[in-house]
Amino acid sequence: MSAAAAAPARRDPASSDALFRYVLRLADTSLVLGQRLGEWVGHAPALEEDLGLANLALDLLGQARLLLTYAGEIEGKGRDEDALAFLRDAPEFLNLTLAEQPNGDFAQTIVRQWLIDAWQIELYEGLMASADTRLAAIAAKALKETRYHYRFSSGWLVRLGDGTGESQARAQQAVDSLWRFTAELFTADEIDERMDAAGIAPQLAAAAERWGRRVEEDLGRATLVLPAPQPHPWHGKRGVHTEHLGHLLGEMQHLQRTYPGVRW
Amino acid sequence: MATGPGANQTATEREVWRLLAGVPDPEIPVLSIVDLGIVRYVRCGAEGRLHVGITPTYTGCPATVAIRSATRAALDEAGHREALLEEVLSPPWTSDWLTPAGRAKLAAFGIAPPAASAAAAAAGRVSEPLCCPRCGSPSSERISEFGSTPCKAHYVCSACHEPFDHFKCI
Repeated sequence: MSAAAAAPARRDPASSDALFRYVLRLADTSLVLGQRLGEWVGHAPALEEDLGLANLALDLLGQARLLLTYAGEIEGKGRDEDALAFLRDAPEFLNLTLAEQPNGDFAQTIVRQWLIDAWQIELYEGLMASADTRLAAIAAKALKETRYHYRFSSGWLVRLGDGTGESQARAQQAVDSLWRFTAELFTADEIDERMDAAGIAPQLAAAAERWGRRVEEDLGRATLVLPAPQPHPWHGKRGVHTEHLGHLLGEMQHLQRTYPGVRW
Repeated sequence: MATGPGANQTATEREVWRLLAGVPDPEIPVLSIVDLGIVRYVRCGAEGRLHVGITPTYTGCPATVAIRSATRAALDEAGHREALLEEVLSPPWTSDWLTPAGRAKLAAFGIAPPAASAAAAAAGRVSEPLCCPRCGSPSSERISEFGSTPCKAHYVCSACHEPFDHFKCI
């Protein structure tokens, strides 16, 4: 199917590389989170939640495919979505550190999902007004799915937090252990600043404020405690990852690495 | 933004709309791709070639590839080998684009059609409980916000106790 999009605008090499990296950050966060959720298939606490997590994973994979395809076109070296997903090593992945954290128990998976869903809502709402029309179109599509994901994850956050003593303790533990990865979501580096200046990406500080209000309100409804701000030595979006990503990629990329170019 | 043959269509464009109305959705075969509202346009370009625009429902819907090849095959078989099949992302598909005929077919098939507009659903105003598409009882319970395909959620009727799907409002 031929894309209806116009030929990519000519950019100088530095802007083109910054945009490539920015789009990869979005793509890799969705891809890695989707792969994590896929690990639950057949293992979730109940069939309905198994289906729910698999559906979330499918949407995230779909969003990642659109973004990876676009990233490959920006790069202009002939890498398609598969080459980018299956043939890059961990330091070339630019996902948020939060997305690669292990599933843990159901509470940890839900808290990780809820934190990222709330972030992606702010991100995609901002990107809908992007000067980059392709990103704006992908964001408008992804936002509908993300709002639905958030309904699921925030619903479970409240059910777990405001549930039994055991579920509340586990939900609070998940919030406490994952909170340290959230500062990375809104800490702008030179790529974020460049995208903001070019009108491509939303300003992170404003998005952070809205995200913070939403998260605090949800925690209140879930009778959970907001952790204190923490420093952020995490730089997944710059390619510096926790050890967990390598293991995830080992499983995800196994087939393509073992049988290069395999088709079925 | 309902899709379908509008006024000022050429005979060829009308014929292709009819043709596409015969291409079933692979996951809910009672619906055609026109019923689903994913055919965005059929038009003859200035260069004389036919352009057919299709939009995906969900970004990760596995049926997208099957729909693309079934549409291509239908166009080829009808002699429109030159027609260009184009993917349209914007504006994003919404369940509001399901045609009235599509909604009726869903209900007859045992799937509750979208109970609210996408805007109302996004604002949290989904009218629950849904009516059971089998016995018509207005009392039902949500089992899961998700179902067997990305476009459906799972419910059970409190009167006849039959499970049923609801076509999600997005």
